[in-house]
Amino acid sequence: MSLFDGITDYLLVMQKTFTRPVKFKTIAKQVIHEMYYLGVESLPIVCFLSLFIGIVVMIQIAFQMESPLIPKYTAGFITRVVIIYEFSPTIMSMLLSGRVGSRIAAEIGTMKVTEQIDALEVMGINSASYLILPKIIAFVLIMPVIITFSIFSGLFGGYLITMGTGEIPTSEYFYGLRAFFTPFEVTYALIKSLFFGFIIASISGYYGYIVEGGALEVGKNSTKAMVQSSIFIIIFDVILTQIFLG
Amino acid sequence: MIKVKNLVKKFDDKVVLDSINTTFEPGKVNLVIGRSGSGKTVFMKCLLGLLIPEEGELYYGNKNFYSLSESEQKNIRKEMGVVFQSGAIFDFFDVEGNVRFPLDMFSNMNNKEKIDRVNFCLEKVNLQGTNKLKSSELSGGMKKRLAIARAIALNPKYLFFDEPNSGLDPQNAVTIDELIYNLTHEFNTTTIVNTHDMNSVIKIGEKVIFFYEGNLWWEGSNDNILKTDNKELKDFIFASSLAQKLLETL
Repeated sequence: MSLFDGITDYLLVMQKTFTRPVKFKTIAKQVIHEMYYLGVESLPIVCFLSLFIGIVVMIQIAFQMESPLIPKYTAGFITRVVIIYEFSPTIMSMLLSGRVGSRIAAEIGTMKVTEQIDALEVMGINSASYLILPKIIAFVLIMPVIITFSIFSGLFGGYLITMGTGEIPTSEYFYGLRAFFTPFEVTYALIKSLFFGFIIASISGYYGYIVEGGALEVGKNSTKAMVQSSIFIIIFDVILTQIFLG
Repeated sequence: MIKVKNLVKKFDDKVVLDSINTTFEPGKVNLVIGRSGSGKTVFMKCLLGLLIPEEGELYYGNKNFYSLSESEQKNIRKEMGVVFQSGAIFDFFDVEGNVRFPLDMFSNMNNKEKIDRVNFCLEKVNLQGTNKLKSSELSGGMKKRLAIARAIALNPKYLFFDEPNSGLDPQNAVTIDELIYNLTHEFNTTTIVNTHDMNSVIKIGEKVIFFYEGNLWWEGSNDNILKTDNKELKDFIFASSLAQKLLETL
């Protein structure tokens, strides 16, 4: 399949997803269900990874700041910038494309090969809307929450290093976290998370929906979903950065 | 009643169904038989509207399905119950959720009425008391029966079964056949069954059509199928050694 065919197919599946949706009540129920499975269940791993990245970032910075000319609070400042601008919204989204994206693609793909999607279609139900739309809405809504947790966990990781090593005083770290802070930093991170949530859920839903064959194809498409989501996250990261910060 | 007129289905240049004409009457079990690759499944998918043929007409009652708008097709779909080869049980629901799903989507019943209807359908297929079981806890035969319960939930006029006995032991297969026969006669449904199972043909085949290389090769019933002179049909039904021995005794 050429890139052009792939994009056309994706747009057709999205058109089907957003037109003629099933009952609002049904969608709403599904959205809550998906917010739990895709979002809340991701929180432990997100917080764990973010905490350790925060720790690692802080260790790296602290041990490289040997010059007395660089104020100690710079460590807190850099940790905040790294975590809020890039790590939490972008890198964490790429990691989530592995966890959430492959799950969505495998779930819908398995339904396709076991004729569950055919069963929905013959009942007169728009299967794309019933299966993909709630996942997109749920993940777009829950992504800012996940990213917020990731930011706090990362910054908390940095704080733990100030407690443990004494290289950077805690007060300097907190001063650095607040230094030159503008609320737009967080807004920017959350806007990115909305885009990336849509990218992950829609691309993964698409790859699940187009599965033809059996278990092998489900596995292949789950991998494709993860890889393509990551590629588009990086591309949109560049675009959004240029728009908001360029 | 379902009427098929001059149905032609091609995949690229390959003709998979060649000018099929037939009629399926209500209150009868109609069996579609044929070798793998003869066009049975494509035919059923055309009947269900999952595949659109290149030529031909398909009448549900007096409505030509292919010329209807999407919403009109949807109304006919609500009158269909389909049991897929795999059962197509929704694994995100338990047994009750599966049967209740079409009721939630298309009926105006209140909660109690829905539960009563679910229990009625489960009782019809001998699955009473299994409401809270997950699909992974069901055997192959139970999954097929659950699929039938879901298919009859909205009291359909048309019932479709794709290989309902595949993967089942002979006793379970007989149970499913009896269920299909009883439901058809009790609710006067137009029932179409794709099958390879010759036991089904003999037991419940009130009308049998035989597909051979994309053509409707033979039409009849279980009364006259064993006496047929049609070579291809004979080769098909007497392919097994058990059937060969039966043929020798005829």
